[in-house]
Amino acid sequence: MYSFEPNEEQQMLIDAVGKYASNDLRAVSHDMEEAAELQMNVVSKGWELGLLQASIPESYGGFGERNAVTNVLAFEELAFGDLAGAYAVGTPNLFAIPILLSGTEGQKKKYLSKVVDGRWRPYTAALIEYAFDFDPNDLKTSAKLTADSYVLTGEKAFVPFAKDADAIIVYASFGGRSQGFIVEKEMAGLSISDEREKLMSLNALPLYRVKLDNVKVPVINRLGSASGHDFELLLASMRLASASAALGVANAAFEYARDYAKEREAFGVKIAQKQAIAFMLAEMRTEIEAIRLLTWEAAWKLDNKKVDAYTEAYLASTGAADMVMMVTDRAVQILGGHGYIREHPVERWMRIGRGFAMLTGLAII
Amino acid sequence: MTIEFESPKPITQAQFMLKTVADEMMRPKSRYFDEHEHEIPWDYIEFMHGAMRAMGGNGLAPRENGSKNEEEKKHPPIGYQLIAAQIESLAYGDLGMYHCLPGGGLGAAAVYAAGTAEQKAKFLARFNEERPTFAAMCITESGAGSDNSAIRTRAILDEKTNEWVINGEKIFVTGGDKSFTEYEKLGKGYVVVWATIEPSAGRAGLRAFVVEAGTQGVKVDKLEHKMGIRVSDTAAISLVDARVPFDHILGSATVEKNTTGFKGAMATFDATRPLVAASGIGVARAALEFLKQKLAENKIEIRYGLPRQKLSNIEREVIDMEIMLKSAWLMVMKAVWMADNKKHNVLESSMSKVKAGDVSTKVTQKVVELLGPLGYSREFLAEKWFRDAKITDIYEGTGQINRLVVARQILGYSGSELR
Repeated sequence: MYSFEPNEEQQMLIDAVGKYASNDLRAVSHDMEEAAELQMNVVSKGWELGLLQASIPESYGGFGERNAVTNVLAFEELAFGDLAGAYAVGTPNLFAIPILLSGTEGQKKKYLSKVVDGRWRPYTAALIEYAFDFDPNDLKTSAKLTADSYVLTGEKAFVPFAKDADAIIVYASFGGRSQGFIVEKEMAGLSISDEREKLMSLNALPLYRVKLDNVKVPVINRLGSASGHDFELLLASMRLASASAALGVANAAFEYARDYAKEREAFGVKIAQKQAIAFMLAEMRTEIEAIRLLTWEAAWKLDNKKVDAYTEAYLASTGAADMVMMVTDRAVQILGGHGYIREHPVERWMRIGRGFAMLTGLAII
Repeated sequence: MTIEFESPKPITQAQFMLKTVADEMMRPKSRYFDEHEHEIPWDYIEFMHGAMRAMGGNGLAPRENGSKNEEEKKHPPIGYQLIAAQIESLAYGDLGMYHCLPGGGLGAAAVYAAGTAEQKAKFLARFNEERPTFAAMCITESGAGSDNSAIRTRAILDEKTNEWVINGEKIFVTGGDKSFTEYEKLGKGYVVVWATIEPSAGRAGLRAFVVEAGTQGVKVDKLEHKMGIRVSDTAAISLVDARVPFDHILGSATVEKNTTGFKGAMATFDATRPLVAASGIGVARAALEFLKQKLAENKIEIRYGLPRQKLSNIEREVIDMEIMLKSAWLMVMKAVWMADNKKHNVLESSMSKVKAGDVSTKVTQKVVELLGPLGYSREFLAEKWFRDAKITDIYEGTGQINRLVVARQILGYSGSELR
C-alpha cells in the first residue's frame, strides 16, 4: 500500500526533535556561526534525544533498531534548527552507523557500546577529499594489503571533530572499491591539521584535514574485516542524511520567508499578497514536498531492500541539492536587503544551501 | 498510519495490462490520428469499452461510498490511486486517445460530486451499458476561462413547465462532440453545462445542469484545431432556449448568500486535478523512456551515482528529468491517497498539478531538444508528445491558477486577500 503519514511513534519523535530544534538549536544558531564555536551543552542535549541510540540494538548498548524512514524524518527536524548543530549531534553516527550496517560481530561488540553508552563523544569518519571532482567511488586515498595489515595513504578533508576523536573510519580505495577502515588515534602515520577548515558556512562545526602517511591498520579493523563491505549501502545512507538535512534547511528558509512576507508591508499591502512573492513561496513549498516524498521513498526502499534503493537515494540527494539552493536563494530574495543582513538567518541558510552539492559524507543516518 | 511505498497489487496489475493497451492499441495509431484530426478512433473506443465492461468497471470512476464487503473493508481504499495509475498508463500510450476513452469523464465527475442519489442513479448507470457512451463538462466561455465566476450562460426557470431554459455559448468542451452528437455507434450521452441562475449573485449563482444529447436548441458549432491531443475533440457548443427538466440541476435551486453551490463545482477539481497531473506524467514518461531507448541504441549509458562534475550533460539532463518525474508522481499519489482516505487535499492536489504541469512540459521539451533532428522529425512521436504535453499545464486550472491556490493555502489567505 501507499501511505504518507508518519506512525504514532515517529510522530512523537518528530515532535520531540522539532521542539529541541526550534527551542534549543535555533536559539544559538546565529551566535554559534558568528563565534565559530559550537555550544556543546546544546549538542549534548541533542545527543540525549537518543536518535543514534534508537538505531542500535540493545545487545550493543542501544535501545532500538535502525529504520531509515524514521531517521530521515528525525534528521530533517534536527537540521531545521541548525545544520552545524545537527551535524555535531550526528557526528558519532559517522562512526557507529557504518559499523552497525557493515561491521563484523567483533567490531560491533568492540565499538558500538563505547559510542552510544553515556555522553556524546567525538567518534567520526573521513570520506571527502580535496579535489574539484571528488567522487566517493573513486578515492585517491588508497589501502594496500601487506602480510598482516592494510597500509593507508592519502589525505582527507572536512573531517568533523578529527582532533578529538578516539577513532575515525577512513574510507580508502582498495582494489578499486571504496572501503572503510577503523583508524585509531594512536596509530603511527596519522596526522591531523592544527588549523580548522574554513568553509562558506558551517563555521561552528570543527572540521579538520586528516593525513595518512603509511598508516598500518590491522586486517580486523577493515569494516567487515577481510571480506570488506558494500560501500554503496553506506553511501546511500549518507545521501539520505544529506537529502533530509537539505529538507530541514529548506523548510526553515521557506517558513521564515513566508512569515516575513505576511508581516512586511509595501504599497499598502503585505508583500505576500503580491503574486510575485506568493508564487515564489508556492513553488518553494511545492519543490520541498517533491523532494521530501522522493527522500521518504528512497529511505523506505532502503529499509525494504528494494533493488533500486541506492539509485533512488542518489536521485533524492541530487534533487535535494538543487531544491535547497533554489529555496534558500528565494528566501533571501523575498526578504530583499534584509535578507542579505546576517541578523536574519536566511543568508546563512543560503550559504549552507550550496554546500549540499559537495558535503555528502558529513552525516549518515 | 505509516509511511509506505508498496504499490498495491490492483495498481501493478492495471499498469501491466494498460502497458499492452498502450503498445498495441494506442501507439500504432498515434501518428495516424494526429494527422487526421477529428476522425474518431472507433476501433479503439469499442475495444476499450468491451474490455472495461468485461472487467466490470464503468470507466474511470471511484466505487460508490466504499464497499460493504467485509473482505474489501480490511484493505484501505485505493479507488483514486488506481484511477491515477490507470490514467498515467493510458496517457503514456497516447494522451489524446486517453481522452477518447468511453465513459463519463468530467461530466460524470460533476454528477458524482454534486448530484443527489436519484441523479447519480439516472446519470451514471449508462456508462456501463452495451454501447460506449460519453459525457462532458461545459464550463469555459470565450470571456470566462480560469475566472469561471465570469460565466454568462444563463439558466432561467420556466415555472409553467418546470423546466430550465438555458442560453449561452460554451467553448473548449473536451469530448463535447462524442457526448452530444448522436452517433449510431454510441449510447446517449450528455453535457454538464455551467450557468448562472442569478447573475447578480456572482459565484453563488452558478449551477451545473445535465443537458442530454440531442436536446433541442443545443448545437455543436465547431471542433477546434489544436496544437496537440488532436484525436480528442474540443467542441464549441451553443445553447439557444434549450429546455431541460427541473431535476437536471446539480445542487440547490435556490441562491444563498454564500458560495456553497460554486464550491461544489470546485470540489470536482480537487478530485480531478491530481488525475490530470497523472496524465501529464504519463506523456513525460513516454518521452523520457523514448530518449533513454535511443541513448541505449547509441551505446550511451547513464552512470548513476557519479558526482555532477563527472557526468556528461546528457546524463545530467536524464538524471534531472528522472528526479522531476519520480517526485511529481509521488505528489500525485499522495494527493489521491488523501482523497481515498477522505483527507482535505486542496493543497496537495494543486501542488501535484503545479509540479506535473511543469514536469510534463519541461521533460517533453527537453527530450525533443536532446534528440536533435530525431526529436523534431514527425517520423517519431517525441514532437507529438511535446505538443500533447503542453495542454496538461493549461486545462483543469493553469499552472498559474494552481500556484494561486497553493499560495492561498500556505499563506492562509482568502481569495480577496490574495487575488
